[in-house]
Amino acid sequence: MIQNAWLIPVFPLIAFLILLFIGRFLKEKASYVGIAALALSFIVSVLVLFERIGGETYTFVIEWITFGESTITMGYEVTALNAMMLIVVTLVSLVVHIFSREYMHDDNRIHVFYSYLGLFSFSMLGLVLAPNVLQLFIFWELVGLCSFLLVGFWYFKPEAAAAAKKAFLTTRIGDVGLLLGLVILFNQTGSFDYGVIYAAVENGLINDTLITATALLIFLGAVGKSAQFPLHVWLPDAMEGPTPVSALIHAATMVAAGVYLVGVMYPLFLASSTAMTVVAYTGAITAFFAATMALVMTDIKRVLAYSTISQLGFMILALGTAGYVAGLFHLMTHAFFKALLFLGAGSVIFAVHHRQDIRDMGGLWSKMKITSVTFLIGALAIAGVFPLAGFWSKEEILASALLNGDGFLFAIALITAFMTAFYMFRLFFKTFTGEYRGGDHDDPHADDPRVDAYGAADVAEADNPRDESMDKEAHVPPAEDHGHHHSPEENSGFMTLPLIVLASLAVVAGLVNLPFMGYPLEGFLTEGLNLGSQPHGALWLAILSLAVAGSGIALAWAMYYKGAIAEDFFAKKAPGVHNLLLNKYYLDEIYTAVFVRPTVAIGRFFWEMDKSIVDGMVNLIGRSTSSTGRSFGRRHNGQLQTYGLVSILGGIVVIALAFVLRGYFG
Amino acid sequence: MVPVTFFLALAAILFCIGLYGVLTRRHLVIVLVCIELMLNSVNINLVAFSAIGPFANITGQVFTLFVITVAAAEAAVGLAILIALYRNRNSIDVIKHDLLRW
Repeated sequence: MIQNAWLIPVFPLIAFLILLFIGRFLKEKASYVGIAALALSFIVSVLVLFERIGGETYTFVIEWITFGESTITMGYEVTALNAMMLIVVTLVSLVVHIFSREYMHDDNRIHVFYSYLGLFSFSMLGLVLAPNVLQLFIFWELVGLCSFLLVGFWYFKPEAAAAAKKAFLTTRIGDVGLLLGLVILFNQTGSFDYGVIYAAVENGLINDTLITATALLIFLGAVGKSAQFPLHVWLPDAMEGPTPVSALIHAATMVAAGVYLVGVMYPLFLASSTAMTVVAYTGAITAFFAATMALVMTDIKRVLAYSTISQLGFMILALGTAGYVAGLFHLMTHAFFKALLFLGAGSVIFAVHHRQDIRDMGGLWSKMKITSVTFLIGALAIAGVFPLAGFWSKEEILASALLNGDGFLFAIALITAFMTAFYMFRLFFKTFTGEYRGGDHDDPHADDPRVDAYGAADVAEADNPRDESMDKEAHVPPAEDHGHHHSPEENSGFMTLPLIVLASLAVVAGLVNLPFMGYPLEGFLTEGLNLGSQPHGALWLAILSLAVAGSGIALAWAMYYKGAIAEDFFAKKAPGVHNLLLNKYYLDEIYTAVFVRPTVAIGRFFWEMDKSIVDGMVNLIGRSTSSTGRSFGRRHNGQLQTYGLVSILGGIVVIALAFVLRGYFG
Repeated sequence: MVPVTFFLALAAILFCIGLYGVLTRRHLVIVLVCIELMLNSVNINLVAFSAIGPFANITGQVFTLFVITVAAAEAAVGLAILIALYRNRNSIDVIKHDLLRW
């Protein structure tokens, strides 16, 4: 079966092509095409994984281009790492396909949605299977495109269109770095193949400065894709896309591509201690800052978005401190429970009629049993509670930060773990416990600009006059309709089944790397690679991480469930900090002032220049020609006698000239 | 013997009068008449050279006959056009016929 691994990306591609051409006629049935394709991919992935566990890395390449002495190949490769990634991607994609069946069912463009999902799955799986970095780069750009298409799926919402553009442009900065890194690598090694690059790095064929430069440039690509500081700003805005997309692309798979890239190029990073330090600190800073912002957000999806950034920071931190397995292990477990949380959030949003502000929720526990329980499992998993998946992977990251990093990194990681537990349970308590606050017709936060900006954006959209049909497409019902009248209830099986599947995975996914089973995942991933020994924590570290998670949960419980501490206790204590966090450290504003405005100004300058000087010259030529024509044209008055006079005068002039100059008559 | 220059001067004077008329008269019939005048001044030249030119022979006079014939035909065609024009445009004022304008 491993020889047929190429089938895995091909199934979604076929689904994409089918939906592209005949999707219009399938409408809602389009979802079955997508689901079937992903189910097949998943089955093949499972078979491939089983075969890979017992077997060897399988590579199949054909020659693509030959020039000079270099040959570029294309094909596919099944390594331990990408066998694992295949499972993660196909599984999450499959459950998201199933979930969307219900979530998107009254959208007129559901077939377009499914075709995009198919294209994305194809690109992501192609990225994972790529045997060389050039092919990886091609698919890397394709997933970026799919992200753009899907974030902007409701393109008639201005926020969505702006978010799509922002996501695309921000990741582009990283992509430029990646491309430059690849160019240097090719220049130095004459090949894009992973094997050749590893060997060149190991044998010292590239000098140290270049290795560091290349590693940092490639890391820049990862920073863009995995939303690391300072390029993380696109991810929260990308939440304007449909929620299943957020779950699939912006939580579980595509954003993990950056981590995967670092994992795949790991020998290169290991060869440069500078690069490793940069990676570790970027990860730690990102994890910390994103977590602080998640503390105060009130939009359910934005909390999860910042949480995603923070968790990706954890993975990068682990990779930067030589915790290769820890980072990739967390990538896998995080994919499951973050997809679970996002789909849970989607289920909630769907049930409360497309409101996203957690201050309008509450009391959903008794109304939506399955969603609540699965969401709780996801929250426990991400907080790192024993024995769920997140506990095992996070504990390894902490161990990695402690043993190979320094005290600063470890402290940051620990604080972030505490904040993670706190904001997740803040979200949980606000959403599922207490009284349902979304029932009243008048929006209690109507005056709050932030609600206007995020929470009520959908409702505001309904006021848009051109929206008769758009409403249906975006299925944002006008507030006056059936919007807020009946209370939320549990959604159908299409939405709860994915939650149950992911929740069970969030429980058991940690088992693949249990310490007392001899770290099977570690053995699998590091086999044949020369990565040094992997860090493992002592028992006290596990207990410490549990205590940290427990205290975070306890604080959230005291503030948002019990009410022992007022909800705005900290906001009152430090209003400056609270404001800073609410405004996301003013990073968007700073970027606007520092990068966007000058760029736009330069653009405008050149535009003006083009308009006035370049166009001016062209216009001058045109205008002078036509004005000459016009002035001669005016002489053309149709008067026979004027013509005659001019002809005769001309004749006289000619004769006179001939007379004077040539002496013709003389 | 009258010198040839006298004939030539007469022809030149007639030609200029004709030309002046062609360029200034607004009445189309007068313009046609003036064209005839110009043709005839050329005829005087031809006849003068044929009688007392350096290579005097009969060709000049034959040519004159042709010119007179053509002039007659031209006058007929010209007048016909003039009448057609008048019927269509209700005017034979040269100034008003400026259809060739840009």
